[in-house]
Amino acid sequence: MKAGTNLEKVLESGMFAVTAEAGPPKGTGAAVIQRKGELLRYCCDAINVTDNQTAIVRMSSLASCVLLKQGGVDPVLQIVCRDRNRLAIQSDVLGAAAVGIGNILCLSGDHQKFGNHPNTKNVFDIDSIHLIQTLKMMRDEKKFLCGEDISGEVPLFIGAAANPYADPFEFRVVRLAKKVKAGADFIQTQAVYDMDKFAKWMEMITDRGLEKQVHILAGVIPIKSAGMARYMRDYVPGVSVPDEVVTRMEEAKNPKEEGARIVIDIIEQLKEIPGVHGIHIMAVGWEDIVPEIVEKAGLLPRPVL
Amino acid sequence: MKTITEQKPLEEVMQPLEKCERVYLIGCGTCATLLHTGGKSEVLEMKDKLEEAGKKVTGWMVIPTACDELTREALRENAKDIEAADAVLVMTCAFGVQTVTLYIDKPVYPALNTLFIGKEESPGCFTEVCMQCGNCVLVQTAGICPLVRCPKSLLNGPCGGSEGGKCEISPDTDCAWQKIYDRLEALGQLDKLEEIQPLRDWSTTYGGGPRKIIIS
Repeated sequence: MKAGTNLEKVLESGMFAVTAEAGPPKGTGAAVIQRKGELLRYCCDAINVTDNQTAIVRMSSLASCVLLKQGGVDPVLQIVCRDRNRLAIQSDVLGAAAVGIGNILCLSGDHQKFGNHPNTKNVFDIDSIHLIQTLKMMRDEKKFLCGEDISGEVPLFIGAAANPYADPFEFRVVRLAKKVKAGADFIQTQAVYDMDKFAKWMEMITDRGLEKQVHILAGVIPIKSAGMARYMRDYVPGVSVPDEVVTRMEEAKNPKEEGARIVIDIIEQLKEIPGVHGIHIMAVGWEDIVPEIVEKAGLLPRPVL
Repeated sequence: MKTITEQKPLEEVMQPLEKCERVYLIGCGTCATLLHTGGKSEVLEMKDKLEEAGKKVTGWMVIPTACDELTREALRENAKDIEAADAVLVMTCAFGVQTVTLYIDKPVYPALNTLFIGKEESPGCFTEVCMQCGNCVLVQTAGICPLVRCPKSLLNGPCGGSEGGKCEISPDTDCAWQKIYDRLEALGQLDKLEEIQPLRDWSTTYGGGPRKIIIS
């Protein structure tokens, strides 16, 4: 075991893992994140906390993860490279280790142009692949990037993201391979709707044997309304929503039910794809639906290890 | 290679001149002329605007290349008119403004924003291709700089927001990494993208005080 987190235990045991995302509040209410933890803890193996997602300021991921941890949840700390340089990042990693947060997801970060402070200056001192390398060095060599020693252990289970739907398609597996080489232990993908393309991508991964070196969690996003489906299809960078999903939502008598059903169908198919080790549910602002989805997808109860 | 400038909004130009009655105007015959931001006609337009605002323009000139050392001579030749002014308004890039500042004891104010060092891609279209980072990566990136062309300055390939050759920040912005990928593919060098590029040494870039080099 590298960090001994619940997520690592579930994945290492070979079970199909379930994680979910919880967005922190645009404010100081600890109860907001605690409530999400309470709601999700029985249906997920770990809960991700976003780091100023879409470049909108929210409660820090680290503080939110501490709140989740206090509530008995295994948190996944997201760190983006947009807002912090190598000093700040390493400092946060030490803090995370000190409070027993072991899962860290390494991301580049959405561009600040999309957020609520578009006039800010981005950092991007290091990129997401460097971030993985940094965490691995801190954990395995107990050294900072400058080469100086770290006192104490830094037990980490290192995560990274992958988007099978971005271009150039052929490079997407190369990029994943680079992340694995850098030290990623698990991967969370962008939301899957286009199953054919995802299956093709997974085939390219298994051709390289990458699924044996890293745990792949396929991302899913439940869609709440036809409007949301159209918005995601037309405006959300990096997401590919096929027209048939939009049509299904438009024709549905009860769009929320249909949205949940679509995701459950997708999960059923994902379970059958070789090399997929679990799912990551990103129910942005609709966390209430997660327990139902996990239950109906036949993934309850979650293992206690 | 040109220094790309744009005119500041008139209100912003006027703000530091609020308490000045007499103004001397300087333009530049090189980049600012080409960009139509500080050539002769723009200087004359500015003269009219200043006069409309009730200022007296004590004189004006368009220095052939304002960032050049010869600027000192040009300022000397026009010393009388400059001396008669309360402030000097400079319609050149920041290099020109700071060269003028070196030789004049009066307040010197810029009328332009200096945007970037640009390359004319097509007539009238200037783009930024180099950020003068001091540590060139073009050898790994098929001669296309991701530091300046990728909004995240990524070194290890395109992020998840690259779609149809375009960058997630705007449909008008090409994805630098798609361009690098295409060129490496054409060169038969795609294997270069399998290597992890190391963390950057940013000490050659900004944040370490003004960069300086002495050629012996």
